[in-house]
Amino acid sequence: MKKAGLTRKNWMLAAVAALALSGTGGVPDTASAKTLKWGAAREIASLDPYSYGDTFTLSVLNHVYEGLVRYTGDLKIEPALAESWETVSPTVWRFKLRQGVKFHNGNPFTAEDVIASLERVTHPDSPLKGNLPAYKSSRKIDASTVEIEVNGPYPLLLNDLTNIFIFNKPWLEANNALLPTDSGKGVKGYATDNTNGTGPFVVESRRADSKTVYVKNPNWWDKPQHNIDAIEFMPIASASTRVAALLSGEIDFTNVAPLQDLPRLAASPDVKVLQTNELRTVIFAFNLKDALFESDVKDKNPLKDIRIREALYRAIDIDAVQKRAMRGLSRNTGALIAPAIPGYEASQDVRLPFDLDGAKKLLAAAGYPNGFNFQMNCQSDGLVNEEEFCQAVASMWSRAGLKPNLSLGPRSQQTPKRVKGEFDVISFGWANEPMIDAYSILIQVMRSKSGSGGVFNWGNWGDPRIDALIDKAGVELDTPKRIAMMQEALKIAKAEHLFIPMHQQPMAWAMRNSVAQTVQASDNKPRLWLTTLK
Amino acid sequence: MPAFLLKRLLNAAGVMLAVAFIAFLIFRFVGDPVELMLNEQASQAQRDELRVRLGLDKGFVLQFATFVGNAVRGDFGISYRNQQEVFTLIAERFPATFELVLVATFLSLAVGIPLGVYTAIARDTLLAKALQFVSVLGVSLPSFALGILFILTFSVTLQWLPAFGRGETVQLGWWSTGFLTPSGRKALILPGVTLSLFQITLVMRLVRAEMLETMRTDFIRFARARGLTTRAVNFHHGLRNCLMPVITVTGLQIGNLIAFALVTETVFQWPGMGLLFVQAVTFVDIPVMAAYLIVVSFIFVSLNTLVDLTYAWVDPRLREDAIAGGANAR
Repeated sequence: MKKAGLTRKNWMLAAVAALALSGTGGVPDTASAKTLKWGAAREIASLDPYSYGDTFTLSVLNHVYEGLVRYTGDLKIEPALAESWETVSPTVWRFKLRQGVKFHNGNPFTAEDVIASLERVTHPDSPLKGNLPAYKSSRKIDASTVEIEVNGPYPLLLNDLTNIFIFNKPWLEANNALLPTDSGKGVKGYATDNTNGTGPFVVESRRADSKTVYVKNPNWWDKPQHNIDAIEFMPIASASTRVAALLSGEIDFTNVAPLQDLPRLAASPDVKVLQTNELRTVIFAFNLKDALFESDVKDKNPLKDIRIREALYRAIDIDAVQKRAMRGLSRNTGALIAPAIPGYEASQDVRLPFDLDGAKKLLAAAGYPNGFNFQMNCQSDGLVNEEEFCQAVASMWSRAGLKPNLSLGPRSQQTPKRVKGEFDVISFGWANEPMIDAYSILIQVMRSKSGSGGVFNWGNWGDPRIDALIDKAGVELDTPKRIAMMQEALKIAKAEHLFIPMHQQPMAWAMRNSVAQTVQASDNKPRLWLTTLK
Repeated sequence: MPAFLLKRLLNAAGVMLAVAFIAFLIFRFVGDPVELMLNEQASQAQRDELRVRLGLDKGFVLQFATFVGNAVRGDFGISYRNQQEVFTLIAERFPATFELVLVATFLSLAVGIPLGVYTAIARDTLLAKALQFVSVLGVSLPSFALGILFILTFSVTLQWLPAFGRGETVQLGWWSTGFLTPSGRKALILPGVTLSLFQITLVMRLVRAEMLETMRTDFIRFARARGLTTRAVNFHHGLRNCLMPVITVTGLQIGNLIAFALVTETVFQWPGMGLLFVQAVTFVDIPVMAAYLIVVSFIFVSLNTLVDLTYAWVDPRLREDAIAGGANAR
């Protein structure tokens, strides 16, 4: 009978499976090659660095592709595919390209490659276009010299170029990939699944969400400071699984070690934890429009009163936030940018002291002795321990007599509300990447909304004095002068308490003892070409 | 029969259209992909441009019509995030999910049926009572907690089984399988058991209930009276009469398993469709989310239609009802 047959087959299958399972004595390791197994928190968007404007994807692909310049382990710009550069005029930069560089397929690196890449990345359909905002055109002077022209005097071209990776033009042509992919028009790309860079590692195989294998590029132009033969990149989205994989030795390294597991990881004799603070500074920003979004105060916006903003600032016990919500790992800050960002000033890094009575007095003086309602928009999957620190701050504000209404939700849900300005207070993090310069937060966040600036000025917090300084700094080629202007702008924002600075968020890497040493910079990018294994 | 068939198929198509509509409606409110697609440095003009390029500025009806029109032709568009064809993305991940579901289904039958029989036959023994109690726990323990518990025990402490991934896989045409390598089979165990636990208890309780029912019937009594061995009575007469509903439920549950695999896949970083969906949600990748929902509902609807058709084939009465146009014809 049919049914009996089915059952018998089932039993046979079971027997076969049991036999097979009992016979596994562990997978044979592929020789003594030095392999680093990297367990990341998520998958990269694609193998095409121009397909998605995402810092993490770029940082992983930086092992395969390179730009004309790059950041060192301590975030200084150094030559990479360009050997040297000079400014011919305020708007024209000339780059001398490195000789003898070969792409992974053996093609030589030339000026044509740079021009094709710049055109591809600045094409109107390119999602990465914003990473090179000042680009106008480029031309070949000779096989190893390229001139790049920018829209106007622009001091940050080199910073931008660190993240513009160079493709090989003949390879792009041969595979019909000169144009970027375009999901709107349905243009797919060869470069999404295939690579041909100049970097220290070559993509050997890729299975998205599972494993991507990078092997050493033996013909790399630079002198390798690593001894890695292969990198196995494996995304593990669940934090506890990632920790388990590290503890059980299935991965050697993770660039996202969950804060709550750090003590446990550090306690394991086989695991080391590397902990520091990110470039990303966390602040609270206000709705400074004419009316509050959700409040019992209808006719005006109390947040426009500097005394109220100061009261909110003084009511935050930052040490308690740091100790409890951030597990003692964040760096309290009074400044709006991290110390590693050009434009930082130690003198601005001083907080208003925690002063609950002072806060209450300020509220009373501003006419709100009994506080008022307002909505506080925070994300559950955005910043490090964002839920925790938002809850902590909300309760501190309640203690001062205010009535914050905390709205928590995933990033994908909260972002549209933030963009539309549907909030009264938001938690907000800004890393100033990929530029690594204070100009980033100034032009994108603090500038009043204008043609190109103030994209993130969601709460209408612009100030004409700050705007003027930003616009001047944007075209100032003299670095000390430019930095002074930016500092001035930041100083005004601080004096006005336009934002409440909180902390630089913590970041932690964890690795097994098989990793001898690595470089951990505050941009949170693993640089495995500077990593050695035992 | 052809009329009935047509009716069932039209029904199924209607359900699919409704699902597509709801999926689309929901995803309109999930968030704004543009904000997550561009990085800190993009200007407002670039944001607006991208919105137009993705067709997000168009009216809801037009977007939906375009989506359905393309989906019918098997074209789910291109993922916002990795700029790959959504259909290819899902097809690549399908084998992983399917093999996991297969293992879970196999385990649920292989373990659930004997346990069900035992708890029915020996229902007064302490062991049977204990099993009944444990099965309640099995139903109520969430699978992510169970998965993490398994990982802690078998991966971290005992180091027997891998904590994540599929191990080595072999490519057979477009199908990737983990059944053919030792590491692939090892990797199937923990997620397979995690996913199957709920099913095991379901099958066990179903078999137990059916068995108790059957064992009370006259023909069992007559079989006993004929002097057949207990074994023959229990298995040949009793169990065999319980298997039909078990097979039906198992078939219908495959759809559920595929849907529930989402949680298990996240815990074990199992590179299947569920993981793809979770990732798509994080990045508001609307084409992938919509396509996933449609593929899963398609599997559900197909299984249900198939079961209905089989029933109708077996039992002509159902068919006549349907043709007569009974309001609640199933």
